[in-house]
Amino acid sequence: MTLDPTVRDAMLGAVPSLRAYAISLCRNVDRADDLVQETLLRAWAHMDSFEAGTNMSAWLFTILRNAFHSEYRKRRREVADSDGTYAATLKSQPEQNSHLQFEEFREALAQLPIDQCEALVLVGASGFSYEQAAEICGCAVGTIKSRVNRARARLAEIMAIEDAEDFGPDHEQRAVLTGTDHR
Amino acid sequence: MDAQPEPEKGDAKLTRDIQIKIGQQLRAMYTDVVDQGVPDRFVELLRQLDQEGKKKGDE
Repeated sequence: MTLDPTVRDAMLGAVPSLRAYAISLCRNVDRADDLVQETLLRAWAHMDSFEAGTNMSAWLFTILRNAFHSEYRKRRREVADSDGTYAATLKSQPEQNSHLQFEEFREALAQLPIDQCEALVLVGASGFSYEQAAEICGCAVGTIKSRVNRARARLAEIMAIEDAEDFGPDHEQRAVLTGTDHR
Repeated sequence: MDAQPEPEKGDAKLTRDIQIKIGQQLRAMYTDVVDQGVPDRFVELLRQLDQEGKKKGDE
């Protein structure tokens, strides 16, 4: 099967946000990239099910989400970022502090149930409407709204605790201290 | 519908501030990855798929 170059370009164009979504689901860059690869392969194999004129990005997100739930979800907890892959990919980049900040937020996000996490990211970051997110997740719009609300409420709790901790020793120092405690 | 909004209490403001922060951090985290662009492996993957497709089409 040959691919219409505009379709191929649309697939490539969706890759950056597919990766961002995949990383928020997998919490590991290597696994996320494998998931994106799997998504592109599945999309390629089922190109005939893509309806021309519809939203290519939403279609790819749906495939990615299905692939994640069928294969990757069970591995999520095992890997988290314990192998430091995410941190490692960031070493080449200059603004360490902001990435440290993302890490804290990622950790808070990882405490959410996966259905809440994916709903929040789709609506709050990927820029999908509640209706589109519901289609991607294969559930009712009301379900997406309630997942997003619960996600926000839970994150607020987690972050309120973190903010309170900020009055103590700063985060890096505390990490060092905890590190030495674990010998 | 005419009811005046209640004056914002400390807790409500805190909740709103935290929600704004959550929204910002969520988008910042996401954009951070999006800004990395398309890694070469995906450009290469689609190029390969395209070539395989062409070969099959020629058969």
